[in-house]
This record gives sequence, structure tokens and C-alpha cells, in this order.
Amino acid sequence: MNMFFQSELFVNLSYILASILFIFGLKMLSSPETAQRGNLISALGMLLAIIVTLMGNNIISYQWLSIALIAGAIVGASAASFVKMTTMPELVALFNGFGGIASLLVGSAEYLNVTSALNAIALTAVFLTVLIGGVTFSGSLLAFGKLSEIINGKPFLYFGQRIVLIIFIVLSFVLGAEIIVDSGLLGISRFYLLVSIIFIALILGVLLTAPIGGADMPVIIALLNSYSGVAAAAAGFVINNNVLIVAGSLVGASGLILTNIMCKAMNRSLMNVLFGGFGAVSSSQGKESGEIQGEVKPINTSDAYLILEAANSVLFVPGYGMAVSQAQHSVRELGELLEENGCEVNYGIHPVAGRMPGHMNVLLAEANVSYDQLVEPDDVNPIMDTVDVCVVIGANDVVNPDARENEGSPIYGMPVIEVDRAKTVFILKRSMASGFAGIDNPLFLKENSRMLFGDAKESISTLVSEFKS
Amino acid sequence: MDSLFIMLLFVLILAIFLGFELINKVPSTLHTPLMSGANAISGITIVGAILSSGSDSVLLTTILGTGAVFFATINVVGGYLVTNRMLGMFKKK
Repeated sequence: MNMFFQSELFVNLSYILASILFIFGLKMLSSPETAQRGNLISALGMLLAIIVTLMGNNIISYQWLSIALIAGAIVGASAASFVKMTTMPELVALFNGFGGIASLLVGSAEYLNVTSALNAIALTAVFLTVLIGGVTFSGSLLAFGKLSEIINGKPFLYFGQRIVLIIFIVLSFVLGAEIIVDSGLLGISRFYLLVSIIFIALILGVLLTAPIGGADMPVIIALLNSYSGVAAAAAGFVINNNVLIVAGSLVGASGLILTNIMCKAMNRSLMNVLFGGFGAVSSSQGKESGEIQGEVKPINTSDAYLILEAANSVLFVPGYGMAVSQAQHSVRELGELLEENGCEVNYGIHPVAGRMPGHMNVLLAEANVSYDQLVEPDDVNPIMDTVDVCVVIGANDVVNPDARENEGSPIYGMPVIEVDRAKTVFILKRSMASGFAGIDNPLFLKENSRMLFGDAKESISTLVSEFKS
Repeated sequence: MDSLFIMLLFVLILAIFLGFELINKVPSTLHTPLMSGANAISGITIVGAILSSGSDSVLLTTILGTGAVFFATINVVGGYLVTNRMLGMFKKK
């Protein structure tokens, strides 16, 4: 019986079952009601794949294996338990990177293992695994550094950026070809050949991530997510393993779809995001255009309270500023008080608000906002005329009317939440500074706009206490 | 041509199409948990890592494999736990 559980057949059947569980898990993510169970099912698939692999008869020594498993589990579990929801983008970036380095190491281990004779296909897969894994690793670490503000989060642009990138890509393919054909023309050993490719892959990851910053971070996070899946799928071709290929492709497809959604939400092509350096270029343009006429109309919390108290429908529009000032709990409290007052409350969430896809949704869910109140721009824009008050909290570019009205604006054509069509708009801002794209926002000067200056959390808390008194 | 390779390629292509179909149905509300959950799944490379680390081969392979097991385990355990934590927050009144 023991023989059966260690047989190739049993192991492979288990991998098929694991793949099915991954697929069901992702399928159940299509609704918030079933999503948590879906995640458990996916985790069960992973557990199954790990256990049958550990039981397999090619595993001779468990000594190092168990130490690495336990250490990894402790690090992973503590990171997952202690991370704040506002810093979720950093954690996901870091995890993406770990996935990338793991695949890189698997590819390297197989390549340097003299007992495994690799054919040309497997060698090609080794090259791709190491290349993509390395790009994912260094790119993710850089993204982590930018998000956590360890290093400057601004786009880093330099002259000849594309040429440098192309040189490194060509160089990596030359070395990749040598790995496959093993001609010996380059005169370096297998080991140093591999080290050179790893080195170039790490540089490529930095080159690809450095020009991206600020509001473009959701795109690169999604793209790196995709790469980590592709690296795992490539590793599947190295060790001829189906479950790696299935799981890796699912992740690769997922990251690619998210990347595409993010780009569409900004009305830009992926090429433009990767090489455009949007934030850096437009900040210089923005300062030159001083044509917008009108005046800023500040409002204090007492007057804002009176307007909110009389409102029948209120839409909150959060942006990264809400995460920065940790205002989500106060916002939910205000939302509940408004509802008790007979007002309809919704939260309009733009796909690129925050620093990763869906960032605002998680913050509001953490603050106990019911998920059926979290609405997308497409659902809220058609009924915007019926909204009495829009409360914009730390969002800027995603509510900029220039996207519809000003053809000369760098964000023209970007789908936005059309808050200026509501009867009244409150904009919670610390000062009149421009958003991440560095462009002026005529919303602030519109007839129906009122600026509520100060820290978002404090302003909302004051409104909450006005309601309670 | 290697028939095993063709079979693996076949699986790859089908899985990509399946991935697109599945992920397109995920609402934008759940995009963050989708990313962290997908990230956990990409930790599947742990299977390859275990094989490299535990099989009787040269020392270098064992060392590299063990490093891979460590990183992939962080990815798997951390990814699933944090996704679970996030999804637990999504409630309807």
C-alpha cells in the first residue's frame, strides 16, 4: 500500500486534484460571499501538492527541507498576521519577489545538478525561469522600496533608457542561447554562465521598475504578479511538472488581466506606463497652464454638517489620501450616521485609487463597510445627477473633470468618477497641492465645489461629533 | 519533437485560456485579495523546490533547493493567510 502512495501515478493524480482545487478556488473568488471558502479550497490544493511531493520516493533527506519549511512558514505567517491593510501593496510586492526568487533558485538548482541531463527544451526553460524569476525578484524589491518610501517613489528617468534596456535584453538572450547550445564560444563555465544571466536578470528588473512611480504603481505590482506566475510555469517545464504549469499560467493570466484593467482605467497603453514616466513629464507641463479661472471656496465643518444633514444621497470617493490619514474608520462611522438619518450612502471606487488594484475596497471592508455599498465608476456615473453630496477624500486625478473636458490635459480620455455632476462636492484636502500626476484640477474651482481643508481623519471625526451632538 | 513537451505545452495553453475566463469574472472589489491569493498559488514552485532540496544530488543543488523552499514557503503560507484575513473582512449588512 505504501508503494502505491509513493508511486508516480498517485503523485500525478494528486497534482491533477490540486489543479482542480486551484481552479475552483479562483472560480469562487467571483463573489465576496464564496471568496473566503474559495481561498481555503485553493490552500487545500496547495497542501495536497506539498504533502504528496514530500512523501515521494525521490526525497531522501528531510533535514534541510524541514528547517526551510518551518522557517518559511514562521516568516510568512507573521508577515500575514501583522501587516496593516494600508501597507498591503508593500506586502504583495515582497511576496511577488519571493515567488520570483524561489523559481529562479529551482531553475538554477536543476541546471547545476550534474545528475539531471537536461535537453534543449529543458535548458530553454531554465533560461526563461532564471530570467523571469530574477526580473520579478529585483523588480519587486524595488517596488517594495518605493511603496514603503525607503527609496524615492518618483519615476526615475534618464537619457537613453530604452537603448540601455534593449542592450541588456539582447545580452541576456545571447547568454541564454549559449546555455541551450553549449557551444563553449564564450569561454565561460556553466556556473559562471548561469551567474551572468542571474546578474543581468536582476539589472533588468531594476531597469523596468525604476521609471515607474506614484500613481502608476498598481500597474507594475499587477505586472510583477503576472511575472511570478510565468516564472513558476517556466519552472514547470524544467522539471516536467504539470501542476506548476497550470498554477503558474493561472497566476500569469490573472496578473495580466489586472494589468490591462489598470491601464484601461488610466486610458494609457502598457508601453506608455512602462516607458512613459507620466508623473515626471506632466508635472512640468502642469505648472505652465494657468488658464483655469474661478476661485476656491472653502467650507468649515459646521456648514458641511448642515448640508450633509439635509442630503438624501451621499457618495464617498476615497483615494490614496484616505489610506495616508487612516480615515477609513471615521468615514464608515459618518456613513452609518448618515444612513440612520435616512440618507442613501455609497462609496465610489476608481480602479486605480490607491497603490494596488482594489486597495480602497480592502480598507473600507476592514472598517466594516458593507461590500454592496462599494460601487464602480460605471455604476455610479449614470446616476450622478441624483447625488446630493459627493465627499472626495484624498482623491485627485480620478475625479478630475479635465479628463472629460480638456483635450490638452495629459489625462484626457481617462475614465473618471464624475463627481462634479453631483449637486454639491466636498473635497477633503490638506492643501491646494496637485495630485500624483502633478496636474491642476479644475474640480476645486467649480461652482458646486467646497474645499474642506485639513487632515481628512480630523475633518470627518469633527463631522461625526456634529452629528452626535 | 518531444511528445512530453507537446503535452506540457498543451496544458499551458489550455490553462492560460482557463485563467483568463476565471479571472475576468472576479469583481474589482476583490482585486487585492485576488492578487495575494494568486501570489500564494504562484508559490507552487515549492513542489520543484522540495524535489531539488530533498533529492540525493550535489551539495549545491541541495543548498539552492533549500533556499527555494524557504522563499516559496513564505509565499504560500503568508499569501494564503493574508488573503484569508482580507476576505474575512468583506461582509454584507
